[in-house]
Parts: sequence; C-alpha cells; structure tokens
Amino acid sequence: MAYKSNLQRVLSEKKFAVTAEIGPPKGSDPGKIRKKAELLKGYADAFNITDNQTAVVRLSSMGGSFILLNSGLEPIMQMSCRDRNRIALQSDVLGAVSVGVRNILFMTGDHQSFGNHPGAKGVYDLDSIQLIKIVKDMRDLGVFQSGDKILAGIPDVFIGGTANPFADPLDFRVDRLEKKIIAGADFIQTQSVYNLDKFKMWMDEVYSRGLDKKVFILAGVTPLKSVKMVERMKFHVPGVDIPDEIYKRMINTPDPKSEGYNVSLELIDEIKKIKGVSGIHITALFWEDIIPKLVRESGFYPRP
Amino acid sequence: MKSMIITKQKEIKNILDLVGEGPVFIVGCSECATLCNTGGEKEVKEMKKIFEDKKIDVSGFVILDPACHFLNDKRILKNYRNEIGNAKIVLVLACGNGVQTVAELIQDIDVVSGTDALFLGEIKRLGDFERRCNLCGECIVDLFDGLCPLSRCPKSMLNGPCGGSINGKCEISEDFDCVWDLIFKRLKDGNNLHRLKDIVEPKDWSKSVEMGRRI
Repeated sequence: MAYKSNLQRVLSEKKFAVTAEIGPPKGSDPGKIRKKAELLKGYADAFNITDNQTAVVRLSSMGGSFILLNSGLEPIMQMSCRDRNRIALQSDVLGAVSVGVRNILFMTGDHQSFGNHPGAKGVYDLDSIQLIKIVKDMRDLGVFQSGDKILAGIPDVFIGGTANPFADPLDFRVDRLEKKIIAGADFIQTQSVYNLDKFKMWMDEVYSRGLDKKVFILAGVTPLKSVKMVERMKFHVPGVDIPDEIYKRMINTPDPKSEGYNVSLELIDEIKKIKGVSGIHITALFWEDIIPKLVRESGFYPRP
Repeated sequence: MKSMIITKQKEIKNILDLVGEGPVFIVGCSECATLCNTGGEKEVKEMKKIFEDKKIDVSGFVILDPACHFLNDKRILKNYRNEIGNAKIVLVLACGNGVQTVAELIQDIDVVSGTDALFLGEIKRLGDFERRCNLCGECIVDLFDGLCPLSRCPKSMLNGPCGGSINGKCEISEDFDCVWDLIFKRLKDGNNLHRLKDIVEPKDWSKSVEMGRRI
C-alpha cells in the first residue's frame, strides 16, 4: 500500500510511533528550526510544527513545515480554527500539500485571550470537528465545503486531531472522540498525560468501544523541567491534570530537572503497556534537546 | 425574565473627554438602558449632577420612550428644540441603536454615546446580566436543547466542548459557566444525549448580513 506519510506507515505497520513537537521561533530566522531539526533527526517518525500555540505570534506552521521538509524531516503541520475562516483554511491545506506536507493536525485552538494579542478577533468560523470533516471530504470526495469540485490536485492528507481525556464533562469525552473519528480523524494526539488513572479509564472506554481500531491514538508526554513549570501547568494551564503525587515529587526534589525527566520515563513505560495506545507524542516545551535521550532510554531508538 | 440590549456606562473620565466644555443635552432611554441602570431617569440626573459639579452646563435632558423608535423620538425631541439648540454636545445614554436614531434626528450638533453596548442578554436578577444571543440570523438552539453555544461559548463551538472545560466552568474565566457543560447535563438529564451524536455542520453566515427588514 502506498502510504500518505512516514507517520501513517509506522502506525499502519503496528509499530509504536513517536512524534515530537517543534515550536517555531518568534521571528523569521529559519536557522532556529533547522538547528532543532538537526538535533532531533531520526528520533521521531514525524514532527509537529505548532500554529501560534497559546495564541502567541510565531513563524507560521506552514513556513516551519516547509523548513522541516527541506531539512529531511517529516512535518505534522498544526492548523487552528482561531485565526482563519473556512476559505483560508481550505486554501492553506491545498498550499501545504502542494509543497509536500502530508500530515496535518486540526484543532479549534487556544483562545486569543491567553496570548500576546488579547485584543485580536477570534475567527472560530469552524470548530475542529467541522474542519476535519471538510478536509476529509476534500480528500475522499474531492469537494470543497461549498460542494464545488476540486479541479487540480486532491490533497492526500493524513488527518490528525486532538483529544483531552482530562477535561470535563468526563462522561462526554469518548463520545466526542468518536465524533472526531466519524468526522475523519486518522490519528489523535492527546493532551499531556500525567494522571495515569484518568488516562487509563479513558483508554479503557476507547478500547472497549473498538475506537482504537478506527483511529491511531498517540499519548501526549511533556517532561517537566522545573518547579515553576509544574506549577504553571498544574494551576494555570487549562485542561492539564497533574496529580498531587507528581507535583510533590517535583517540589521536594533537589534536582527538579532530572526528577521531571524520570517522571516522563516512568509515564512512558506505563503508557506503552496500555491497550489501544499506538504511540507517544512528546512535547518538550523549551527543552527539545532532552528528546533524543528520552527516546533512547525509553527503548524507541532507532526509529523503524 | 426579560431579555434586552445590555449596556455598560463608559468611564466618567472618558465621558468628560467626549463632552468637552459643553453645554450638554442628555438623552436617556426608558427601556433597556433604564433596566441596565445606564440611561434611565436616575442615571441621566446623576450624569447631569456630575457635569454641573465640573462646571459643565447642561442645557436639558429627556428620557426617550424608547430611544430606538424613530417617529416617537422625532415627536418628543420637537418639544426640546430650544434646549438642544443651546447645546454643543448631545450625550446619549442608550444602546448603539438609540444613539444612531438620535443622531439621525439631530443633524447639526455632535451626538456622542456614553455607553458601550455589550450583548443581547438576560437579566438574571437585578444588576446581573448574561449574554444569550448574537443575533446570528438563523436560530439553531433546537440542536442544543434550548441553549446557544454560538453566543455563549467564546469559541462559538458547535461541536464542543473544547479541552478547557473544567468543573463546568469556561477556560477563559471561572466566572462563567461552560455552556457545553450545561448542554451536556441538560441532554443527559432528559435522556437525550443521542442528540449530540451528529456532527453539527458549519454555520451559514449568509443569514447574518440582513441590513434591514420590512413587513
């Protein structure tokens, strides 16, 4: 079978996948991304390029994805519904595919009030589920949302979505995942996992409904680098669930950096045993250089 | 409870900048702005007192009934021709509609707004208002058991909730409820959760650009 991307190949061959996030710089220098690419090459199957995450302006995910392609890495281009309407979103899907992007991850996006331009107008013409369905229809039916036919080049995209197993109302989270799958998601990257009990409960429901056969689920892993970071994540970042046990380990240790790393290793070790999980997605915020070590010591190197 | 255009009075400093040295003629409204405590008789008289304390002349005032009624305003304002003629600024304490109806009728004097219109909302109790409608042109609350995520979710999500809904509160402020949590609970209580199974299609915004309507 001809795969759309390396990521799809690894997942389809039932190999435990590893993806990693690369945050673009606050400026137009491609060197920053090239440097990270050099460092991370070979340590993941594909690399997310974020789309102005937390509503802070950075180099665009399309530009960043193009830089990765030129460095020989496979991008997962992120696209949020916050800043573009359905015309721009569909157009950018075509543009990205035209330069070689094959994995795109769609999300509704962090609200602009969290970012550095809180006065910006949030677009939110679509939500993530609607956008995923539109791109699936572009790919599988060859039509735009309007119903007009795509005339020159059907975008053959491996479609990604996100899921947060820790947000409320908990009872609706698997139903909503199923909605995303029906809309057209091929793979899912979850919110960073710290609360293993909650994650296992969610995965148990996913597995018992057979949803892991319909979508590849990659569990989010974010190494904690400092006490400041764990406090920000625990108390201020919406949708992140850090149990007191991990929090206490981080504040009681003389070396938070290595303790945070150990926590991640332990979490990965547990996550890979959970039925239905197809891989991990590492988001090492401002700590990308830890990724090679983490991937090696988790036993995921070399990549297939 | 009643639904209406919810306004908030601008900061006094801001209003003083707008009116300059006066003299000022003040216009209030008997409906929404009265119930919001932004432009009823009480607030108009308080504003008059603030101006007079600052030695800014007030040539007169009127409470329109309501400010958005063109022909009615025309009739009432005729009785205030002299007071308006003595003013350099007309300050309107009503909604964005009220101020424009007044501006249409008073052509030769600057008309300014002393309020900011916030939303079409509900008066939950005295002094407590919540957004309920964005006037989007095509009501879809039937899909959500009578609640509107378009106006009440800051991301206007039609297939929510997003990953930031925690303990029934919205991620952008703990002060207000996540409408998607409310929708979920209401449908669950009524054994109607199956209604959330279908993907809600993107909104048809062409319905939202009506610029007028004649019966």
